[in-house]
Amino acid sequence: MAEMRTETMTINMGPQHPSTHGVLRLVLTLDGEIVKKSEVTVGYLHTGIEKTAEQKKWQQVIPLVERMDYLGAQSNSLAYALSVEKLLGMEIPERVQDIRVLIAELQRLMSHLVWLGTHAMEIGAVSMMLYCFREREQLLNINELTAGFRLFPSYIRVGGLREDIPRGYHEAVNAFLDMFPSKLDEYEDMLTKNHIYRLRTEGVGFIPLETALQWSLPGPIARAAGSTYDVRKAFPYLSYANYDFEVPSFPEGDVYARYRLRLREMRESVKIAKQAIARITPTGAWASSDTRVVPPPKDKVYTEMEALIQHFLIYSQGFTVPAGEAYVPVEGARGEHGVYIVSDGTNRPWRVKMRAPSFYACQALPTVIQDGMIADVVAVIGSSDVVMGDVDR
Amino acid sequence: MDAAALIERIALHVPGVALEAAPSTDMPTIYVPAGQLVPVCAALRDHAGFSLLIDITAVDYLPREPRYEVVYHLCAPDARLRARLKVKLAAGTTLPTAQSVWPAAGWPEREVWDLFGLVFDGHGDLRRILTPDDWEGHPLRKDYPVQVRKVAQTYEPLEVTEQEFRANIARDRVTRDPEAKA
Repeated sequence: MAEMRTETMTINMGPQHPSTHGVLRLVLTLDGEIVKKSEVTVGYLHTGIEKTAEQKKWQQVIPLVERMDYLGAQSNSLAYALSVEKLLGMEIPERVQDIRVLIAELQRLMSHLVWLGTHAMEIGAVSMMLYCFREREQLLNINELTAGFRLFPSYIRVGGLREDIPRGYHEAVNAFLDMFPSKLDEYEDMLTKNHIYRLRTEGVGFIPLETALQWSLPGPIARAAGSTYDVRKAFPYLSYANYDFEVPSFPEGDVYARYRLRLREMRESVKIAKQAIARITPTGAWASSDTRVVPPPKDKVYTEMEALIQHFLIYSQGFTVPAGEAYVPVEGARGEHGVYIVSDGTNRPWRVKMRAPSFYACQALPTVIQDGMIADVVAVIGSSDVVMGDVDR
Repeated sequence: MDAAALIERIALHVPGVALEAAPSTDMPTIYVPAGQLVPVCAALRDHAGFSLLIDITAVDYLPREPRYEVVYHLCAPDARLRARLKVKLAAGTTLPTAQSVWPAAGWPEREVWDLFGLVFDGHGDLRRILTPDDWEGHPLRKDYPVQVRKVAQTYEPLEVTEQEFRANIARDRVTRDPEAKA
């Protein structure tokens, strides 16, 4: 009998591939169905946002950073606003902090819903996508209510918010929060005990805690491997210290653990959001009263000369930020989002750098999929929750 | 913990290294000489709990001298501490890679090379990561032009003559013994 030919095969997955979440390219070296080696190529979505930001004024950077991680838009702008406020040394009113907490948690829900829908769809549970996008639609409607823009509201501004929450906001948010836990039960009914789903995810894409820390994956990936590190608890920002919530953690470290972790996180987010909406009064302060940065109220702009001048100064020259540097991390949907800013004391940033959790998740991919089946590659990419806008910036 | 206390804690493990506290508003910040970066990083990881490399980036302070600063953000998740290391770098000089301390340093160092043109000695895979492989220049340098129109680059498709095509077919044709089993 002639000897069977055995050689490895190199295949190209992406950049245009339905399950690579945008434009991620993998070059896989396969031995049969086993991945022997892989190389990740990123950069297809590089838009030079950090370079563009250096040409803009401080307040003009908000819409730019929201477009980095487009599924967690408002955690980007939150991290940026917090960094700039740190350099400015601003005090933010309690009510604004509560609204920001609410926005951050709703943003996490939005991001996790897209993650759950696409991840389940990629490994065969197509109907999940329809269910998750149905609920996400309602969250986008809330964004539209507050800012008139669904994906990138730019509602969080340096110094506070763009304007006060609209009438009907409490009703809309409460209606969603009352409805959503039953929908989470629905998702769990479909996946948690689903035999096929568990076969595809249990024991697959194992990332132990040590590996997660070595490859800098704090966030859901490390927490699904036993870590309890969460920026909201470890380095509390906004008013998170006053909220009652838990940081879920699972010891297994596989794709299934990451799925269960994110579902638990969604329940915790609902818990935080309910506390936040109960604290937020229908009307009140929606920005700091520091007129160096925040334009004076409109009624004063129309009646007082000084307020009018200040209004024009902020919108034409912008405000200046004291020279220095600041890095403020927030717990985004994918892990630690942080913005490092350097100011030279003028009205434009000298440097804006986003710490992108997806960037590190992509870097760790070859280690995770090594010696696994090619069919599991899709499950691992999905469970890492990479967003290419975040990776390439 | 402030920068002085942090320096005190690791000074024992890296004798003779000139660590200098830098002014900062948010976290302890230390200037490290480029040559001593790796032992300092290892000491921070092993003796101060900084197991997590958060990010590596650089800042171009043109026209100041030395021109660049490479910035390392670190986190000690258990002790709930953060720290920032900075390396001053003149144009044309290099610094060592931190991959031996934190494997995660690989890609951010590639990014710094790609966008700033700073070389990490011993990196082993210093290729462009965000810009295309044939990109010229390092975009985040302050002397890199902005708002300049560039003509998109295209390539002619590969063309072969009929003779070359037939020769390729003939070369690739494999004759198998019909008796032999697979």
